[in-house]
Amino acid sequence: MVLLLFNAFNGLIQGAFYALMALGLALILGLNATINFAHGAFMALAAYFAFTIFPYTGFWGALIIAPLLAAGVGFVVETTMVRRLYTRKDPIYTLLLTFGLALILQDMIRTIWGAQGQPLAIPAMLNHPLSNTYFFVTGYRLFVVGVALVSTGALFAVLRFSRIGIRIRAGNSDLETIAALGVNIYLLRTINFMIGILFAGVAGILAAGQLGLNPNMGDSLIMPAFVAIVVGGVGSLLGSLLGGLIIGLASGIVTTFAPAASEVVIYVIMGVMLVVRPRGLLGQEGLFE
Amino acid sequence: MNDQSNDMPNLGITDHLGRRDLIKVGAGVGLTALMAAPMPSWAASEKPIKIGMVDPITSIFAALGHSEIKGAKFAEEEINKKGGIMGRPLQLLVEDGAGNPGTTVTKAQRLVTRDKVDFLMGTVNSASSLALSQYAARQNKLFLCTGGHVDSVTGASCSWNTFRTCSTTWMLTSGDFETLFKKFGKKWYFITTDYAFGESEQADYTKQLKAAGGTVVGGALAPVGTTDFSSYLIDVKAKKPDVLCLLLAGDDQVNCMKQIAQFGIDKKIAVGGALMELELLQALPEAARYGWWTMEWYWNQPKTPHVAEFVSAYKAKYKGQYPSARSWFGYASVHAIKLAVEKAKSTDTIKVVRAMEGLVLPPEIALQPGAPEYRAADHQLILSMFPGHAIPTGKYPNLFDVSAIVPGSQLALPASATGCKMKYPA
Amino acid sequence: MSTPSSLSRTDAAATTTNPKFNRRVIGNLLLGLVLIAVPFWLPLVGGYTDLASRVLIYALAAMGLNLLLGFTGGLSFGHAAYFGLGAYGVGLMLKYETHNIFIALLAGTVLGGAAAALLGPIAARRRGIYFSMITIAIGQMFYFIAVRWNSFTGGYDGLTGFSRHPVHLPGLTLPMGSLDFYYMVLICFGLGAWGLWTILNSPLGHTFVAIRENHKRLTFLGIRTQRYIAISFAISGTIAALAGGLDAMYGNFTSPNVLEYTLSGNFLIIAVLGGMRNFWGPLVGAVIFILVRDYVSSITHNWMTVIGLIFVVSVLFFPLGILGSIKDWRALISPRIREQDAP
Repeated sequence: MVLLLFNAFNGLIQGAFYALMALGLALILGLNATINFAHGAFMALAAYFAFTIFPYTGFWGALIIAPLLAAGVGFVVETTMVRRLYTRKDPIYTLLLTFGLALILQDMIRTIWGAQGQPLAIPAMLNHPLSNTYFFVTGYRLFVVGVALVSTGALFAVLRFSRIGIRIRAGNSDLETIAALGVNIYLLRTINFMIGILFAGVAGILAAGQLGLNPNMGDSLIMPAFVAIVVGGVGSLLGSLLGGLIIGLASGIVTTFAPAASEVVIYVIMGVMLVVRPRGLLGQEGLFE
Repeated sequence: MNDQSNDMPNLGITDHLGRRDLIKVGAGVGLTALMAAPMPSWAASEKPIKIGMVDPITSIFAALGHSEIKGAKFAEEEINKKGGIMGRPLQLLVEDGAGNPGTTVTKAQRLVTRDKVDFLMGTVNSASSLALSQYAARQNKLFLCTGGHVDSVTGASCSWNTFRTCSTTWMLTSGDFETLFKKFGKKWYFITTDYAFGESEQADYTKQLKAAGGTVVGGALAPVGTTDFSSYLIDVKAKKPDVLCLLLAGDDQVNCMKQIAQFGIDKKIAVGGALMELELLQALPEAARYGWWTMEWYWNQPKTPHVAEFVSAYKAKYKGQYPSARSWFGYASVHAIKLAVEKAKSTDTIKVVRAMEGLVLPPEIALQPGAPEYRAADHQLILSMFPGHAIPTGKYPNLFDVSAIVPGSQLALPASATGCKMKYPA
Repeated sequence: MSTPSSLSRTDAAATTTNPKFNRRVIGNLLLGLVLIAVPFWLPLVGGYTDLASRVLIYALAAMGLNLLLGFTGGLSFGHAAYFGLGAYGVGLMLKYETHNIFIALLAGTVLGGAAAALLGPIAARRRGIYFSMITIAIGQMFYFIAVRWNSFTGGYDGLTGFSRHPVHLPGLTLPMGSLDFYYMVLICFGLGAWGLWTILNSPLGHTFVAIRENHKRLTFLGIRTQRYIAISFAISGTIAALAGGLDAMYGNFTSPNVLEYTLSGNFLIIAVLGGMRNFWGPLVGAVIFILVRDYVSSITHNWMTVIGLIFVVSVLFFPLGILGSIKDWRALISPRIREQDAP
């Protein structure tokens, strides 16, 4: 029973992490109508940026600056490539584009920084358990949850109260109308893409702090984020958040009884969800169809 | 696109197949150019002796693969500087197997059918080693396995054409079993990577543990690429073992050790395991560098002749990088093929196989005390083991403290006990 | 490959008008001859027979996928799942049940096809991006099952211990070396292509194309589009499974990598690169993709960048694919073709 509680709690922490990634992915999926397969590669890129500027800025500086740098790369990618594909209705083009970009980014990372894994030092104050009984609640894990909460909160605040946020939300529900109302939707989409990459960047640095850096680091983290979106409901940011927490929790609980099934379970949940409620927890009916 | 390669040490391996070829392709040349074979850098009238090497250049095994390739390239250069093999230049053709057995075999197919290589070598992960061994046997080619450790390569699945330079998992586990058992206790817990290599290691440790009167209090199989080990570690805490034995590979080992350190488990439970590599220690932050492990070769051997020269020459070629055990596997394997060809005075597969059986590596190649030999009965190189512990506060390359260099003959199972029944083609 | 043909509505109608129909039959026959002669001419240009087998296997899988992608308008990013199930089906059958490679191949194809038939309807309930997301996720589920069900599938190490057994025909034994196997692949490829061709020229195929062109209108007409997409999905998955089964025999080996989404992505780019509106597009795509990958990966360690560039360049600059672009270009210079192919 204690073990179950431990695992459940641990799963929630993990879920917060998935949620952070799913949010960035969901943003881009929304306004940019792009399944961003390069999300994992952008995560890795931001982490390597952090690794490079670490000696000058320290951990905290890197946590802020590196995602911005990655968002800068995102800016270039969006304006030179992704943008050209918005007029093509078939989603296959953006999907294959980002798939190819993921390969290129990963290969560049390996070429520039080497295949050798690297540690990303995290502040000592975060690097130990907070209590003896709940040893798995390390400072760093709580910090990850904290960052996830703060950045999600910030995102929702921006979407709710700022002009750009309101436009992003409006664009999500009816792009043509807001374009007709004189909003520069190209700029809006660029900004939206960059915000999405910003989230990937933060997630990447947090992941690097826990797991270390290697060129493939995005690979294993991107799929649960996809599942989180499907479970939470495509088109709903809050849904993606919930989806992340749910699959984290579920794989945590299942680990207690059948460790071998801990990855499969998130896909099973997704399958059940698709049969029972195809639009996901909070998904809008008819979006992106 | 790889302009950065000049100041990046890891790219030394692309030296002669580098940028120009890439630009050629980038320029979009047609089918004819696509089919042309890469040119050897060694201009000679003699036909080169070709070794095809399939090793991971991408994927999670890339760091280890790169080291093996560097070692092999280093040997290639050394051999060609001294006049090649029997007056013929040596050409090493490297392909990316991506740690994937299917890709590895496909690449080997290309090397054999298209490039007509004389010998095959390489592989980091055991699954690829086994697949390539099987393929090479069908093609009647000698395969020298550089880095896949699973016992069966020179055990139950041994093959007349396959030799191995790195150790068996049995040798790895027996290298430090006694230390762990005597120093820390008899209740063990395993976290094992869920594929052939890990399972083989765990079976070997368990056998020795049971024989010594210890118990296995728990174990978990972690799939390759696991990023979060906390659920396993929670169980470890609950079972309270004396020794937490980590049998993971590559990045997984790094991730797990970091999480153990974050949870403070290494302060309460002794952590150790079989294989440790310089590449992994390099990837670990200070706080997570701990535990008792076995290296298969280490650069710091003040008492062994030739090692210092090798290390400094290697450093000079690869911009300050130190050779790891993987580098040595690549290096020794290429030299071993050279020696066997010279002994056989032929490149014919069966003749070279016979010459390699019982081949003893000379001190300037062995770079370790004793005289490691490719044992005739199972084709396993009986190399020394370097058990010791990680140095938490060490700076690269001083990351490991070797407590003893144990001759392989004390550790390896006798050939009769490996389960290898060598069958030669008629 | 001399007459790349697309099955837009006009093309399908053209099957009844003789001159063009004949040209296409002749073109297909020529293509057949070129493929039959591969073992004789390929070594002359520096290739090897196994490479050709691999090209055909990938082409077959991508052609199967293209029935759904190019002709029905369903973007599946999970076809590696059915390819992989076919591969595991064959591997497991050969390892445990039978030494007859044809029975094994049939079993693998049925396994993958059945999975596609069962899962297609679930995915078909949604369209667009959501359809793709669901197919990705379903594919990943099979990947993890293969990785974790160690005792049965061989886990991460993959499934070994089976091989292509010689085929005993009355009075003749085929050892199933590279050459025999190539012809076996070619026969399967021919059967698959013939099947797809027949379907596309049938009312069923016309319905698929109509769904792609105007999904809404068909729904208003009372046609149950979901059901047709599911049918297309099932056929498409079956062909992919057949290709997967051949892939397992190709290397006498299979591993979870054949179930990974990366492979699904490769199938997609093969179809798009060659031209996903063209019947033979995937074959052209496979020839280029496999040859470039085979060659580039042995001359540079940065082969992933080159492959990535193929994705990016073909998406940005050749959305119609190679065959589609050729047709476009021919239409520019020849008004006759422009008239014929105008929608």
